[in-house]
Amino acid sequence: MAHIVGGINVTHVPYIGRALANNLQQDAYWKPFFDGFPPVHDWLAEVKPDVAVVVYNDHGLNFFLDKMPTFAVGAAPEYVNADEGWGIPTVQPFGGDLDLSWHLIDSLIEAEFDLTTCQEMLVDHAFTLPLELMFPDRLEKPIRTVPICQNTVQFPLPSAKRCLAFGRAIGRAIENWDSDARVVVLGTGGLSHQLEGTRAGFINKAFDLEFLEKLVSDPDWVTRFNNDELVEKTGTQGIELLNWLTCRGALGATVRQVHCNYHIPISNTAAGLLAMACE
Amino acid sequence: MSTRPKLNIPGTTLFDGDMARKGYALNKMCFSFNSEENRQAFLADREGYCAKFGLNEEQKQAVLDLNVLAMLAAGGNAYYIAKLGGIYKLDMQDVGAQQTGMSKEAFMAKLVEAGRN
Repeated sequence: MAHIVGGINVTHVPYIGRALANNLQQDAYWKPFFDGFPPVHDWLAEVKPDVAVVVYNDHGLNFFLDKMPTFAVGAAPEYVNADEGWGIPTVQPFGGDLDLSWHLIDSLIEAEFDLTTCQEMLVDHAFTLPLELMFPDRLEKPIRTVPICQNTVQFPLPSAKRCLAFGRAIGRAIENWDSDARVVVLGTGGLSHQLEGTRAGFINKAFDLEFLEKLVSDPDWVTRFNNDELVEKTGTQGIELLNWLTCRGALGATVRQVHCNYHIPISNTAAGLLAMACE
Repeated sequence: MSTRPKLNIPGTTLFDGDMARKGYALNKMCFSFNSEENRQAFLADREGYCAKFGLNEEQKQAVLDLNVLAMLAAGGNAYYIAKLGGIYKLDMQDVGAQQTGMSKEAFMAKLVEAGRN
């Protein structure tokens, strides 16, 4: 059976794409962010995942508001990045894993998560940048991928409780997959930030730090908040923490924190990185 | 009207069914800016491009004025408005400064300050 090695949650600010393209990792602005990654690279080199399941939200590349699935799973041989309109460089495509995609779809719908399936799927910065950050040598040593897109754009969004349950179902499905693959789960976005309104620039360090701690020790803690309350605490885009929660759900009851980094600001965002190993 | 219970969060309007209905034409136009050809077509004839997507007067004026709060009030979604902002090379600090009535430097200083407490 397949094995989940652990999970990594990370911010997906579009600007990271420009920093990567221009090799700004040691630039004073970017260094506190990029310095978080070497310990995670070391851990990945140790646990050697073959596949990454990436939980993220699309920002108007693959899904426009004409059709907005709450949960969508990719089932394509390849996932292509494209022009998102805000001037970040596009990156090379990512290979898929059709067997895992369809196993996830079969298992999750059996578990009553009635998701949308996508045999063609453009992937935006929220999918591509975390993979570029985790696997900088991915073109030489390709990693297979499965995108899982959650609606965090148009309310109503799935609740924290639902996302955690969805993540747990994803975890059970991966562990029941008849394969010797080693799987890492990624959850992208957050932490606190708000792009729009007169409250733009809102950041809540105290909540983020508590969230980072609780996500490891007691992820059910997040389910005490409804989504409006989570926006109040984390901002209109901070709600992307739902992707982190789904990822955490997939990792099982107990995890060991491998590494955590938190830095304010990257663009308008409190940037977070949290790697967890399955126990 | 959307029937979900809403929490009043100062300075914040959640993009829900009410806003999605109101802003559909504006957001659809901004979605088209994923293509360079469309971005150029917009710049060549901004009013004509707005008309092609059926923007109402409020939406058109907000777009021509590049007024982010007015676009939001007209149902614009932040991610789609950002695609319009991209045409003018506005980054999220420009957009944040405009919405909060601060200079860009003051807005950026506010972000840095959030990390200190």
